[in-house]
Amino acid sequence: MSPSVPLQEMIRAIRSARTQCEERGVIQRECAAIRAQFRQADNGGRSHNLAKLLYVHMLGYPAHFGQMECVRMIASPRYSEKRVGYLGAMMLLDEKQDASLLITNSIKNDLSHSNQYVQSLALCTLACMGSAEMCRDLAPEIDRLLRASNSYIKKKAALCAVHIVRKVHELGELFAPAARTLLTEKNHGVLHGAVVLIIELCERNPETLERFRKTVPDLVQIMKGLVLSGYSPEHDVAGISDPFLQVRILRLLRILGHNNEGASDAMNDLLAQVATNTDSTKTVGNAVLYETVLTVLDIKSESGLRVLAVNILGRFLLNNDRNIRYIAMTSLQKIVGTDHNAVQRHRGTIVDCLKDQDASVKRRALELSLALVSATNVRSMMKELLIFLSSCPQELKSHAASGIFNAAERYAPSQRWHIDTILHVLTTAGGDVRDETVPNLIQLITNASELHCYTVHKLYRALLLDISTQSLVQVACWCIGEYGDLLLRGECQETEPVQVTEDDVLDALETVLQSHMSSPATRGFALTATMKLSTRITDNVDRIRSVVSIYGSCIDVELQQRAVEYNALFKKYDHMRAAVLERMPVIEKNSPGHTNGESMGEVKENQASKKPTEPKLLPQPANQVCDLLGLLGGSEETLQPSPSTALGLLTNTPSTAGGNLLDLLGDLEPEPLTPAPLVPVYDKDGVALTLSCEKQSDTAMTVTLIASNSTDSDISSFTLQAAVPKSVKLNMNAPSGDFLPARGAAKVTQMVVLNYQNKVNLKMKIRISYSSRGSTFQDTVQIDTFPGL
Amino acid sequence: MLLFSRQGKLRLQKWYTATAERDKKKMVRELMQIVLARKPKMCSFLEWRDLKIVYKRYASLYFCCAIEEQDNELITLEVIHRFVELLDKYFGSVCELDIIFNFEKAYFILDEFLMGGEIQDTSKKSVLKAIEQADLLQEEDESPRSVLEEMGLA
Repeated sequence: MSPSVPLQEMIRAIRSARTQCEERGVIQRECAAIRAQFRQADNGGRSHNLAKLLYVHMLGYPAHFGQMECVRMIASPRYSEKRVGYLGAMMLLDEKQDASLLITNSIKNDLSHSNQYVQSLALCTLACMGSAEMCRDLAPEIDRLLRASNSYIKKKAALCAVHIVRKVHELGELFAPAARTLLTEKNHGVLHGAVVLIIELCERNPETLERFRKTVPDLVQIMKGLVLSGYSPEHDVAGISDPFLQVRILRLLRILGHNNEGASDAMNDLLAQVATNTDSTKTVGNAVLYETVLTVLDIKSESGLRVLAVNILGRFLLNNDRNIRYIAMTSLQKIVGTDHNAVQRHRGTIVDCLKDQDASVKRRALELSLALVSATNVRSMMKELLIFLSSCPQELKSHAASGIFNAAERYAPSQRWHIDTILHVLTTAGGDVRDETVPNLIQLITNASELHCYTVHKLYRALLLDISTQSLVQVACWCIGEYGDLLLRGECQETEPVQVTEDDVLDALETVLQSHMSSPATRGFALTATMKLSTRITDNVDRIRSVVSIYGSCIDVELQQRAVEYNALFKKYDHMRAAVLERMPVIEKNSPGHTNGESMGEVKENQASKKPTEPKLLPQPANQVCDLLGLLGGSEETLQPSPSTALGLLTNTPSTAGGNLLDLLGDLEPEPLTPAPLVPVYDKDGVALTLSCEKQSDTAMTVTLIASNSTDSDISSFTLQAAVPKSVKLNMNAPSGDFLPARGAAKVTQMVVLNYQNKVNLKMKIRISYSSRGSTFQDTVQIDTFPGL
Repeated sequence: MLLFSRQGKLRLQKWYTATAERDKKKMVRELMQIVLARKPKMCSFLEWRDLKIVYKRYASLYFCCAIEEQDNELITLEVIHRFVELLDKYFGSVCELDIIFNFEKAYFILDEFLMGGEIQDTSKKSVLKAIEQADLLQEEDESPRSVLEEMGLA
């Protein structure tokens, strides 16, 4: 075929442009010429011009002015113009353009054209960019073509039908009968198209699937013919007879045999035959084997066959070709849940693949290894995984770390091992672990009480080596703070004790405090740890005192707040210091995202609804701090609404003040905002009332009442009335509304200011009245204790 | 199906799903980046968004296909290989320049080989024959005109 000279000249001109700017210039000139020629009525070079435009389009330049030209050319009687016109339609038009509708008629005409190549152009274009509209219009035509006598057209019509079914699912019904008859064809192209069509129909419609189950014997016959027949030069690829068709049929068999005993039985023999007879030296053979394995694993095959399939996968794993190993692991991943033991047999190879150079293979191996960890092999697997972690690519690190943590949690043979593993992970990949790791680890450590000495020694050593990994440093600081006395005692059963003086320990903590690598949260940990040591060491309390007072003027608000509080602890409340800084109790394991205390859950739910009142709540915990430490009185100016970590100081157990104090200095997690506790005080008939308090001063308190409605009907005229003992003065602010929509869509908030002299006597009676579903309700509730007071 | 050179120049693109022009450009850029960054001996398969990418390098051109989750990657490699064989047979020892200067013919071959993302005919011979016939048809169409033009009568 003679090349298109004008096109080639243009391409040459564009390619010889040396700079982007030059190229743009050439293209603009060409585009202008093309546009001018499009406007001319009829000239011989129309197809060349459109081709030029398409080239320009491929380079990335705008070419939308060619759309109408495409439409015109498709309607032209000349084949060369049609060809380029259709190509242009496929490249420039898509279903979102309006112009695409204009070609529907042309396509319709061309579908009935006498020349099969014109028909094929139309079919191809429809299959490539046909919109749902076009598909609906032309579906009957396609169906007619499916029954035509020309196999060239039939195969194309089948694939076009596939596209139509993908676009408009309902039309599948239309093609089902024709598809059935196509299976009897001899022509491989038609067969292939028919199988693809049937796959598409069965995937979309379970009824069609049922109907096509009857074709299983026919399909098995066809496959047998392919596998056992002699050499057919036309369809042979490296010794396999028509692998493309084989793969397709296997896929269809898979769909038909899934969850169906009868169909699966019919295919068992065939699958076994294919699995054993197919030559696996070349990729083609492996492709067929792969499809066979997938089919075997997906249908209700007999166990012998399954074992055969897994063995094939095992063989794949040992193959030198990376691609084969990759897909073997992908397939094993699918069955590791069901055939766990079978996959375990190949654990060694899989673990070896962790060391492969290729990132895709590594990723697969990691997934599979994590799935294969079990109680029996956890120690050896973990060793391998930890080695992997130290050398794995960056994008896999956090996934690997969290996988290791999960596995360690489920199968840890001993606590010491568990702690060791986590420490190892933190030292190698500490930067990539999730935030919950720190509190989880701390909780684990407190639980392993015999290992406190061991743990603190290990962490101390780790801290000395490297203070850049924030999570590790945080845990280390916490432990040193808690168990520093064990460190200083200088004896340890589990590991080599380290001979340190108090100064050394304090040096280490100060380094963390002062290092620019430490994040604010880490420094918070370090400061608190230093403070805790004040009760655990004997000589250097003054040093601690000075450190704490230095940070009293730190720029970081969080540190400043803590330092000031600790300072106060030294000065005014020295008698309480020992009690406050006592050893932490064993923390209970909670679901992630919660700290101790049941009220947390409620707090979190109400958080969303309390957005407008949030700023108000922020000062409260700070005030609660001063409250708990027994009225720090004057130094309030530093107790500003500080960021999250301030509130992390508190947990919200409505427990005794003593418990709260310990948790205050526990620094469990630098956690997201935890507003003041909301206590439910009333809950009846779907109406719930919660209460939260905020101390404004020694004698004043603001109580916030929030009402919600979880019934299915709206509540109106909702009012609250409050009464207090004589010694207390009450001021009710206006409520936010008196209408409570159904199902908690909105809440009503009301604030009450109480002034009192003696908080012992503080009680409040609240009367609730509202109307719901046409009747009025009234109820009273007495509040004797106020949270946080 | 994407064809691009080692320098990141796109030589052919065929989309079998309806995608907006802007998204197409973005995806092409991303894919080119990812594939060109791969080292020679690495695995031919990648995961990208929710698709699987199968690519193979032939001389200076990368042939890259995106397939769905349930498709067979190995057979896709074979599909790519078959396409290259077709191009080779047609152009006679094809090289990148052939595809650059005759891109519309490369498209015609691709359209004869794949439709809607699926193989039309599993026999190399019949695909080549069909393309030959179509070309003849095109020539017949064009030649009367060029003869007349040569004679200066049109």
